[in-house]
Amino acid sequence: MYVAVKGGEAAISNAHRLLADRRRGDRSLPAIGIEQIVAQLGLAVDRVMAEASLYDRALAALAIRQSRGDMIEAIFILRAYRTTLPRFGYSKPVETGAMLIERRVSATYKDLPGGQLLGPTFDYTHRLLDPSLLGDETVEAGLEREEPGEAVMRVSDILADEGLVEDDGSLPDGHVAGDITREPLEFPMARDLRLQALARGDEGFLLALGYSTQRGYARTHPFVGEVRIGEVEVELDMPELGFSVSLGRVQVTECQMIAQFKGSAKNPPQFTRGYGLVFGQSERKAMAMSLVDRALRAEEFGEDIVAPAQDEEFVISHSDNVQATGFVEHLKLPHYVDFQAELDLVRRMRREYEAAQNIDLPEAAE
Amino acid sequence: MASLNKSAEVAGKDAGAERQKAMGLLAKASRAELQAAFGALADKPTVQPVRGPETGLVMVRGRIGGGGAPFNLGEATVSRASIRLDDGTVGHGQTLGTDGAKARLAATFDALFQQPARKAEVETLLDAVAARVAKEDAEKARQTAATRVDFFTMVRGED
Repeated sequence: MYVAVKGGEAAISNAHRLLADRRRGDRSLPAIGIEQIVAQLGLAVDRVMAEASLYDRALAALAIRQSRGDMIEAIFILRAYRTTLPRFGYSKPVETGAMLIERRVSATYKDLPGGQLLGPTFDYTHRLLDPSLLGDETVEAGLEREEPGEAVMRVSDILADEGLVEDDGSLPDGHVAGDITREPLEFPMARDLRLQALARGDEGFLLALGYSTQRGYARTHPFVGEVRIGEVEVELDMPELGFSVSLGRVQVTECQMIAQFKGSAKNPPQFTRGYGLVFGQSERKAMAMSLVDRALRAEEFGEDIVAPAQDEEFVISHSDNVQATGFVEHLKLPHYVDFQAELDLVRRMRREYEAAQNIDLPEAAE
Repeated sequence: MASLNKSAEVAGKDAGAERQKAMGLLAKASRAELQAAFGALADKPTVQPVRGPETGLVMVRGRIGGGGAPFNLGEATVSRASIRLDDGTVGHGQTLGTDGAKARLAATFDALFQQPARKAEVETLLDAVAARVAKEDAEKARQTAATRVDFFTMVRGED
């Protein structure tokens, strides 16, 4: 129960002024610029874009600066901002097969068309703190090598040629892609809606759930068919012109997870798949998303639902960190009246308890 | 008559494809590139606003598994503007991001592109943007290529 209480205005205003002061910090240091955040804390920016579900690097960087680097606060601010803008329309689906690739690795094939392209990865670094980054040493540009011009073939297409893997994932004819920003969540939900929710889901939550499937809570025995990172064109249909136009490119990370078999009397055994697609460079999130997507398809494959990662309502209802933080953090807001009621209740229970003890006493003495 | 209509239709389609490509390049141009090109126009057009500039959202879609049924990935900011030149030619500009001024410049060049007399001026700009984008893409691709793994098999000691 909430009761309006007055008297906090001055304290709130002063607290916000103090927040601004602490956010700026030591005035003898230069203020950090939005361009610097975009350029040098790019993966933080990408995470905010992905979980706010809004692709705009400059605005995500502004949110990070405003939130003093508190990622969920930044995501919250950017998510709130998007509600102030009109919706112009839906893009044509991006073509990840035609991506301008910055990184692509496969754990299933050593030699594959396009090759293993490591790109700007933390993999194989020693995870030792680098003292050279304490200063501002000159950093050399990446090396260049002639690019062979070979198409970077999708791993799922290699397996599909042999019919050993299920197809990309179709939905019934006439199915219109649902939109969780327009309709309330309803369970059970179609896979397209789940993917939209997972794409904006909290990275830590999805990581933990994906991890749980590896540890035996809904085992799927997955392989990374491939992870690819790069830019794709965003095209919008222009009805007044009769054609679609490119609005520019966005960077995405895609993970094709290949999981163990499914077959039936009618269909020969084949690999199943989980899919992850995330704004920006976010391999961990895309991988976790694909694991959870696969686990959530338990019912479709007739698998026993025994683990949290397979429970659609549990996963999707708790994956949004803006909702989660809102409900958890509201607990610190005044609950004075609520608590008074509980205090009265426990006092009454205590009196009853003590009265019962007093009645019991003579019997105990006998 | 039927064949005439048909050829007109084909011509219209070609013009549509040309304009589509031009608009895509205008979206990829930087505001600085568009401003510089506008500044360099000998005969500056008079531009009347029709709509915007305004900033809104486009829901970006992906496909399940990369090629399956569409799903909604998340939104992106988009700015758009429509303008009219003195002779009534309408131009549309739309680009990712919140830069309304850039969208308005793109709309202006889209309108000029439709005027046979001024198309060449726009093409100079488009060629420059296409060259810049291609150069950046090629450099990125070469940097990525340098991180390609060249596997080799270790020769084992025993015979």
